Amino acid sequence: MRLLTHNMLSSNIKGVTNGFPLRIEAEKVVEKQVDFNPDFLKNMFPKLEWKALADAARSLGYGELPDAADASMLDSDDFLRRLHHALLELHLEEGALVCPETGRKFPVNKGIPNMLLHEDEV
Amino acid sequence: MWYLCVFYHRLLDYRKPEVESLAELFDVFDNGYGDDLRNNGNAESKSLQWRLPLHHHPDSPFHFVNLPSEDAARKIANRSILVKGIYELWGEGSSYEELEEAIKSYPDERKLPYLTPESTFKITVDSFGKVISFEEQNDRIWGLSYIPFKGRVNLRNPDHKFYLIEIDNYGNNNGLPPVVHRRIFFGREVGAADRKLLPTYQLKSRNYLGPTAMDAEVAFLMANQALAAPGKLVYDPFVGTGSILVAAAHFGAMTMGADIDIRVVRDGRGPDCNVWSNFKQYGLPMPLALLRADNNLPPWRPGLKEVFDAIICDPPYGVRAGGRKSGGRKLLKGAVGPYTVPDDKRTDHIPSTAPYSLVECVHDLLDVAARMLVMGGRLVYFYPVLREDDAIDTNFPEHPCFRLVASCEQILSLRYSRVLLTMVKIGPYTDELEVTARMKHLEFKENHLKWLEDGNLHSAVFSPADPQLGGAGDTKFSKDSKPKYRGKYV
Repeated sequence: MRLLTHNMLSSNIKGVTNGFPLRIEAEKVVEKQVDFNPDFLKNMFPKLEWKALADAARSLGYGELPDAADASMLDSDDFLRRLHHALLELHLEEGALVCPETGRKFPVNKGIPNMLLHEDEV
Repeated sequence: MWYLCVFYHRLLDYRKPEVESLAELFDVFDNGYGDDLRNNGNAESKSLQWRLPLHHHPDSPFHFVNLPSEDAARKIANRSILVKGIYELWGEGSSYEELEEAIKSYPDERKLPYLTPESTFKITVDSFGKVISFEEQNDRIWGLSYIPFKGRVNLRNPDHKFYLIEIDNYGNNNGLPPVVHRRIFFGREVGAADRKLLPTYQLKSRNYLGPTAMDAEVAFLMANQALAAPGKLVYDPFVGTGSILVAAAHFGAMTMGADIDIRVVRDGRGPDCNVWSNFKQYGLPMPLALLRADNNLPPWRPGLKEVFDAIICDPPYGVRAGGRKSGGRKLLKGAVGPYTVPDDKRTDHIPSTAPYSLVECVHDLLDVAARMLVMGGRLVYFYPVLREDDAIDTNFPEHPCFRLVASCEQILSLRYSRVLLTMVKIGPYTDELEVTARMKHLEFKENHLKWLEDGNLHSAVFSPADPQLGGAGDTKFSKDSKPKYRGKYV
């Protein structure tokens, strides 16, 4: 599971008011190379929750993202490359995503997060 | 400029919409080109100009289309699946004498650049509705010697390809469009579909298949309807084995998929036989994300919207593969009370799911698409319809954020068809729409049983023939009945 995905997910358990961002419990993290595509990054940037991304990257062992970012930084190749690495090249293979309010764990196995809600969470 | 567009004679409803979508993709309609499609006097979108050859039925493979440039025509044809060829017509006639006159009067400045001594060429004789023997083909080619070809013939890889196409009057047998008087066309090929694509991607050599994996040809048509292209992000909420995403990835799009069945998405049939290995098989970039999620209760964070450029999918209709949603069948029916899973069983708990009616499924799909698509983004999905008296009910699902751009029927059996609907997002997802959707979601939950019983497609498709129809119903099967025009069955 990439951090791009993590940035889109939240815990939508019934009754939870703020299920985003999910805390990451990492058991196995892998780095996989992806072709650098600056246009894609620039398109995605406005849709990202930056703080959640920076925190998530840190929890996977990558601390090179600035704590805050704005659109002007997209002109910097160095910034784009760091964003590319954090967003697309870090993979959580095994672990869990934890709801910040209830502590409920959404398991991540073989890189696939299981976001299905249990019967009492619907 | 008007070009002759010859289609493969199959999937008839899909042919023109594909060309229109590709015209959109290659910016043909920029700068005001094209006819306005008006609704209540408001220009809503653009479309191409089409003309039929004289006396031809609309299902005929032969159409004339007006395109702004040869470059546009070539791009559209080469990316398409159903265009056999787009030709710059050098002449046409009902006899070879008429054809010769027409070609001779076609302006030299349009012809001479393609007849130069340094170029290579090939002439193909093609026919529709009849067979022309090899000797006859040769005769016809030699009959064209009045055209000053100066280059060399190259049958394998010529610079320029010419087509001599003959259509004859064959009566109205074998389900081909009726009426057609003899007509002969001669033209220079500007572009054509790459039919090597289909043998490469055909399902029978696909690594990982499921019972409802989308046929390669149709998957590419869906990807074209969705304008899949490099730089775009495409999502399939019912990804299954990924057959639709494979087509989108082939055209350069980035893909994401979700499915409620974790076995299909995470495990497949083994480490070398799963969704990832399908992409590996063709050397395509892997999906950005695969997740297990319920489209009825999607896991997207509040405030997330306008992320996907296209959503392409084949939702479960409940006929061959039933849809599921979270909740637990007995729970929703009220047979058991709500229960909490004990903590020690939580990690491996597999949540029970309940049947998901088509109506609710489509409602959820439209809601997710309205929210998650960018403005101008496309929602492309299959919608099943029952057939009655050879026609289908054309009341398709509607949503205030969307305009229906194309509906393409594919007949599956005597009883039912599926229709590929292409919708474009024209309005933003408002708070009001979100509230309405949430209320509808609760209403579905409350009336769970009612929605399962009403509109149950499965029983309509598989029920035995209605005994009341008796003699009237049997004529459908009797050999004496008039052979129906089978165009839409292909």
